[in-house]
Amino acid sequence: MSFESLAITWFVLEGVLLTGYAILDGFDLGVGILHPFVPRTDLERRISMNSIGPLWDGNEVWLVTFGGALFAAFPEAYATVFSGFYTAFMLLLVALISRAVSMEFRSKMASPSWRRFWDRAFFGGSFTATLLFGVAVGNAMIGVPIDAQGNVTGSVVDQLGPYPLLVGAMTVALFAMHGGLFLYLKTEGDFQQRLREWMWRSWGLFMVLFMLTTVATVAFIPRATENFRSFPWALVVVVGTILAVANVPRCLYRDRPGLAFLSSAGIIAGLVALFGLALYPNLVTAAGDPSRSVTIWNAASSPKTLGIMLVIAVVGMPFVLTYSGVIYWTFRGKVKLGEHSY
Amino acid sequence: MDAVTLSRIQFAVSVGFHYVFPLLTIGLGVVLVWLEAWFLKTRDPIYETAARFWTKVFALNFAIGVATGIVMEFQFGTNWATYSRFVGDVFGSALAAEGIFAFFLESGFLAVLVFGWDRVGPKMHFFSTLMVSLGSIFSSVWIVVANSWQQTPAGHHVVGVLRDGAPLLRDGQPVLRAEITDFWAMVFNPSTVHRLVHVWIGAFLVGAFFVMSIAAWYLLKGRHGEFARRSFDGGLVLATVSALAMLVSGHGQAGSVYRHQPAKLAAFEGHYVTGPADLNLFGIPDEATQSVKLRVAVPGGLGLLLHGDAAKPVVGLDRFRPEDRPPVALSFQSYHVMVALGMAFIGLTLLASFLRWRGTLYETRWLLWLFVPAVVLPIVANELGWVAAEVGRQPWVVHPPVTWTADGTDVVAGPEGRVVYDERLGLRTLEAASPNVSARQVLGSLLGFGFLYLALGAVWVLVLHRKIQHGPDEASPPPGGGREGALEAAALRAVHGGRMTDGEARG
Repeated sequence: MSFESLAITWFVLEGVLLTGYAILDGFDLGVGILHPFVPRTDLERRISMNSIGPLWDGNEVWLVTFGGALFAAFPEAYATVFSGFYTAFMLLLVALISRAVSMEFRSKMASPSWRRFWDRAFFGGSFTATLLFGVAVGNAMIGVPIDAQGNVTGSVVDQLGPYPLLVGAMTVALFAMHGGLFLYLKTEGDFQQRLREWMWRSWGLFMVLFMLTTVATVAFIPRATENFRSFPWALVVVVGTILAVANVPRCLYRDRPGLAFLSSAGIIAGLVALFGLALYPNLVTAAGDPSRSVTIWNAASSPKTLGIMLVIAVVGMPFVLTYSGVIYWTFRGKVKLGEHSY
Repeated sequence: MDAVTLSRIQFAVSVGFHYVFPLLTIGLGVVLVWLEAWFLKTRDPIYETAARFWTKVFALNFAIGVATGIVMEFQFGTNWATYSRFVGDVFGSALAAEGIFAFFLESGFLAVLVFGWDRVGPKMHFFSTLMVSLGSIFSSVWIVVANSWQQTPAGHHVVGVLRDGAPLLRDGQPVLRAEITDFWAMVFNPSTVHRLVHVWIGAFLVGAFFVMSIAAWYLLKGRHGEFARRSFDGGLVLATVSALAMLVSGHGQAGSVYRHQPAKLAAFEGHYVTGPADLNLFGIPDEATQSVKLRVAVPGGLGLLLHGDAAKPVVGLDRFRPEDRPPVALSFQSYHVMVALGMAFIGLTLLASFLRWRGTLYETRWLLWLFVPAVVLPIVANELGWVAAEVGRQPWVVHPPVTWTADGTDVVAGPEGRVVYDERLGLRTLEAASPNVSARQVLGSLLGFGFLYLALGAVWVLVLHRKIQHGPDEASPPPGGGREGALEAAALRAVHGGRMTDGEARG
């Protein structure tokens, strides 16, 4: 394969890894965001945590692999993004650590204040991580200042502008809805009934923020829509995403929660695809001076390495998909608490 | 302090804390596979009880390992951007391979291992345990490959970065990066296999001492007698074999370090002047006089170990310019304490094995009391081994090659008899950090992680202590124990001893 097609292939594969992460850990994070609001008793809080108990760890691996693959395929972008968003990434790491250990620690002691503490850490970690993911996407959309040496300048305060925060808020609403739909599939009885209103609320909130984000994007980021001129077929993604957004309330109304969950996964996949279309061929867009942007052409590894990585991906991914399938099949159905649960 | 120093401290703190958990995961994973294999073979419920107990401990360690491991994956980019740009083509591939081949396997089947006892049959459960254990071992493979490449780079070339067809310049100098030329030569670089075996044995020692520590405590308290004796026996076999194997592995590795990083070995041994070399058992290296004070040494011992000939010369630190030498005191002491601990493990495990053979081990209470806190020692030895390996590599983050004379007795030296490294082929740690990250930012994150890890460590010890206090469940749970609806299950458990009710602790 030529260097061009390898670089494009890896851009697409990074998108696939990001989509996998956003859909799968998206519902984990959403369950965390809803944690203070929906479950009322200790038993319900345990059910909420155990719904993602066997799954979150494998889901987070999509993020780790996304990071590793970015390092290998586009080292220049990996270095620029991670050092450029230093403080935000450190906050993200603390949030992800809190989310993970709160599930593990919460059930280990009976004291109500102990459990309350870890409930808060679970929510705080999930909420902060989701917000920061959205903020990161927002910054990537508007572009960041890059100096002549190829390094991002500006502080975390500059990175919390109105547009990134708007995308962050939309992501929180989206994952809350996605997590609510997931939890609905995993619960029964009164708890499940209470989830209904939260699914409607989060869908409504997402709807409003999604429209605001779309308007802001079309109005203020001309580059975001330029690629549609080169790839008119990509308009299918726009239509598909809008249909998926509309399909969620339709399925909720008709009591088809499984389809509603698939639709919200479709929304996430659509939004990640649109994000990729807006960026291409940039990985980090330089605000002001396009010549300083980090693109898939100037950030990629050698063709040899991209080829080796492609072999690794082609050999490894069928295994990953197979055992992910086995795990999800093993833990299908409603949450059952047992001796080893959280 | 400047940003580079702070980033170094942050890396050391975060990897030092994280590393405790993979060690326990790899070590305990082997124990779990062994227990479940015996359960499948004999169907003796005591093995299942034991496997269930160690699974709970394993899950706790695994979760903290995963949580703190993400920091490692991102930290190359956040704090060491220049390094990442230089090595991404090579080093990134190993990390990506780890994600695809190891992490998915490990974390996927972990779900079945921890939560699947009542959802799958014993054979599927055993298979999952095996896969988790394999996954943790694969993960160590790729990490050691990546780190070994920094120590003894191979299978790559260093070339100028092109931007739009023209060489990319920074401050008038061409920007360089390493690119893979031969993937398998990169994977099996000269130090990979030695170091991997060393790391595995180190992990087995930790796992075995961890099991023996808890089992010894139960034996001393007269609790869970049968479970504790079998656990201790298994741990002792693993520990004794590992301690002896470590001697062979350590010896082989010292030879490899001498060949590829002679300055590092000279720092380990406090060997300042090229020539016949003694083996220092203790001592305090003194930079001012370029000698080791208060030393106890085997005359000619180092030459004997490296060359089989006490009189043959060994390359010393005087072959290297001062700015190319690692910090001697820290390399020397961490290496020596590690070796001393390794010797202590051999003595301790051989003594315990002898008493076990005589049948008096479980009456020798003082020795059992020694095993309770002894779990700390192999963890310390592992950490010190990494301190020696990484500090000894300084001032390089990617070590440049060393050339030997044709007869292999001395390094090729430039004027003044000192090695002139090809700076283009390596990277100095001082030049590897992110140029746009300030000392204040790193200080903030370092304090944040320091505080968080202290808290996590404390909670981990607390929770672990409670799990050990609770111990394994003596009776097997009722068949199909997890298949009822959640509420029925809770009600059932509430009758059976009051667990799992609102606000109650679980085992």
